[in-house]
Amino acid sequence: MKKLIAWFDERIPMTKTWNIHLAQYPAPKNFNFWYLFGVLAMLVLVNQILTGIWLTMNYVPSAEGAFASVEYIMRDVDYGWLLRYMHSTGASAFFVVVYLHMLRGMMYGSYQKPRELLWVFGMLIFLVLMAEAFMGYLLPWGQMSYWGAQVIISLFGAIPIIGDDLTLWIRGDYVISGATLNRFFALHVIALPLVLVILVFLHIIALHEVGSNNPEGIAIKKPKGSVPDSEKPKFEFHERFTKKYDIVDAIPFFPYYVVKDLIGIGIFLFLFCYVIFFAPAMGGLFLEPPNFEPANPLKTPNHIAPVWYFTPFYAILRAVPDKLLGVILMFGSIAALFVLPWLDRGKVRSIRYRCGLHKLNLTVFCISFVALGYLGLKPATEVYTFFARVFTFLYFAFFILLFFYSKNENTKPVPERITK
Amino acid sequence: MKQFLKTTLLVAATLWSVAGFAADPTVPLDEAKIDLHDKASLQRGAQLFMNYCLGCHSMEYQRYQRTFNDIGIPEELGTANLQFTGEKVGDLITNAMPTESANAWFGTAAPDLTLVARVRGADWLYTYFRSFYVDESRPFGVNNAVFPNVGMPHVLQELQGVPRKTTEKRMVDGEMQDVYVGIKADGSGMLTEAEYDQAMLDLTNFLVYTGEPMLLEQRRMGWYVFGFLLVFTIFAWLLKREFFRDVK
Amino acid sequence: MSNAPVDKGRRRFLTVATSVVGAAGAVGVAVPFIASWNPSAKAKNAGAPVEVNIGKAEPGQLIRVEWRGQPVWVVRRTPEMLASLEGLADQLRDPNSEQPQQPEYASNLYRSRKEEYFVAVGICTHLGCSPQYLEDSFGEQVEGVSAGFFCPCHGSRFDIAGRVFSGVPAPYNLVVPPHYYVDDNTILVGEDGEQA
Repeated sequence: MKKLIAWFDERIPMTKTWNIHLAQYPAPKNFNFWYLFGVLAMLVLVNQILTGIWLTMNYVPSAEGAFASVEYIMRDVDYGWLLRYMHSTGASAFFVVVYLHMLRGMMYGSYQKPRELLWVFGMLIFLVLMAEAFMGYLLPWGQMSYWGAQVIISLFGAIPIIGDDLTLWIRGDYVISGATLNRFFALHVIALPLVLVILVFLHIIALHEVGSNNPEGIAIKKPKGSVPDSEKPKFEFHERFTKKYDIVDAIPFFPYYVVKDLIGIGIFLFLFCYVIFFAPAMGGLFLEPPNFEPANPLKTPNHIAPVWYFTPFYAILRAVPDKLLGVILMFGSIAALFVLPWLDRGKVRSIRYRCGLHKLNLTVFCISFVALGYLGLKPATEVYTFFARVFTFLYFAFFILLFFYSKNENTKPVPERITK
Repeated sequence: MKQFLKTTLLVAATLWSVAGFAADPTVPLDEAKIDLHDKASLQRGAQLFMNYCLGCHSMEYQRYQRTFNDIGIPEELGTANLQFTGEKVGDLITNAMPTESANAWFGTAAPDLTLVARVRGADWLYTYFRSFYVDESRPFGVNNAVFPNVGMPHVLQELQGVPRKTTEKRMVDGEMQDVYVGIKADGSGMLTEAEYDQAMLDLTNFLVYTGEPMLLEQRRMGWYVFGFLLVFTIFAWLLKREFFRDVK
Repeated sequence: MSNAPVDKGRRRFLTVATSVVGAAGAVGVAVPFIASWNPSAKAKNAGAPVEVNIGKAEPGQLIRVEWRGQPVWVVRRTPEMLASLEGLADQLRDPNSEQPQQPEYASNLYRSRKEEYFVAVGICTHLGCSPQYLEDSFGEQVEGVSAGFFCPCHGSRFDIAGRVFSGVPAPYNLVVPPHYYVDDNTILVGEDGEQA
């Protein structure tokens, strides 16, 4: 066994990679619950890729065959229903964990220097994920798939001058048709997953270059020679990390965080499997009732709403009475997150040591996001639109306020070391 | 600020309740007490479906064989009594109505019913079946309280009898008035009102089954998965506790 | 946390136990993925036994039906055809049907349940073409034998019991599928029936 490993190590950096990224990777010792969602996102990604590959084995990407092939998978293929529900539930689970993962980053300042690029990669992942989910939702070719895609693609029509030609080009037809379905299928099963995997890889490489942040927001890398040996952790870290710095308050990712994450995975799977086996439609949130009716280009369902994970942005879109401005604001709401590392001019990372206004600001932001998500599911009545406008305002106010108060923020003293 | 909030909330609450009221369906739906374990009910429902619905509506994603097996009908018996057009037992439950004739007769093709319970819900179906009433202004002479201007005849009339919207003289605000009390059949049907309700529950039950034929297996498997996850999580927890003794 | 020394045995036990449970879970997860490759209900239905009505077959006629996506032939053989089967043994590769190309009950000279009717999968055992039925022009292929099967792809030749001649590419006799007589006029292809 040792010989075999040595044989490989001479030819490929196997043990070295294992050590740098797992067994001798220094992770701050104070990770809490919020640090679970990265691993969970990875788990869901694997789930989506595997079940996705298996679904393509029986799915028929054509306007005539798509709907029937999904029911064929659900009924005629052994365990086809399970593979399908794993995939459809996985889509929603992906967004649940990604939203929580992003919130973690916002709470503990994980986007701040030196982790700006890490955050931007993460945002790119989020963007690709949204495209992936949107295109995947068309594939069952149900009423909601069809009309949801119709509405979203029409958004591009708001762009001046080129808008109409652009929507025509995206659809490849005068309405959404088999041509649209086939190109979405190609992108959904090959192009975007490939991009997604590459981005995840870059996200992790960037993370392991700068090191993980932690709930205290304190660096675990100290200047070389500044820490007496008695204060250093008793674990061995890879020289790549110890060459330039003294590492304090850290533990190796493997085995410690691996075994800790196993518990989190177990609990997550409880919730995940509850949905798969007992509530796969999740009361119409994950699989919408009109989507059990084949797409009919001549008949719109009474009430169209995107799937829940798009609704916050959809609510922003609807809140604006002008089509173009609505589209701009919707994309702006995502763009604002992209530039968050530069909007926040604060020096303190963790919310634990930031000013009261920041705590309030972030809380209001979260409430606005959830509220927008709820409002996006509802029909656009006058009241709902009014509230959507209020929460849209609060959503953007978060970024604007942050930009101003973070410059000279009244922070609490940050400890030198992680104590606990 | 406080004043503003108070006003907003008040306005919101008022409008919310108004909006909520307006969103209610025209007819309150009756609860369908579905029981997928009740094979006798499913079998009666299947019989009703094959005899009364399949003429126009297909069930094109579901197979006879699986249906018979799942609801406990021996295959030979099912083929002999519930398959009318000589398909193989493994075939899909389709019908022979060409789309063109359907368009000519009904203005639209009759929708496939495999998944209707997942689209409409069991309560809706159960209420719909019992909400036809005579309306001479409609092409088929009937209308439906749950599905206004429905485009199909009341094919179950021979079972239910002729259903009419019924009013009763009642005292309202000190005056005798005609008050709508629901739909009543005239008793000319083969079934009593209670029997008809039960039959419609059976039919609904069957349609709920065909919407998700895997549902019972799915739930059974779910419990096994939970059992496994419990064991796994306990072991993972013990393991974590053991390893974290190293961490000070 | 306590400063008690690490209990190596306990740690090893828990590691192994968790790994075993996790591996069991992985196997469990693999089940649906593997099982989904089994023939689906649709495929099983397409592969279901097929009834062939032989009541109207003329002597010498070949009836073609589809079973599991393959052509299956039922030939009503004439007495002359049956007679031609005798005395061919030295020209054939497997005259006594020793290769398992037929069910037990068709392992006889006529390779059939009833002499008169020959049931076979119409796929050449060489590379999968479907041979032609030459009702009375087979003599051009094999002298003195008037009826047989000839595969146009690579020239394989079979007699009227589907036995392959030697000197052609096909290695085995034609496959006789499981079948039985439901009644005198009906053959069910795809099942052995109760009497084996």
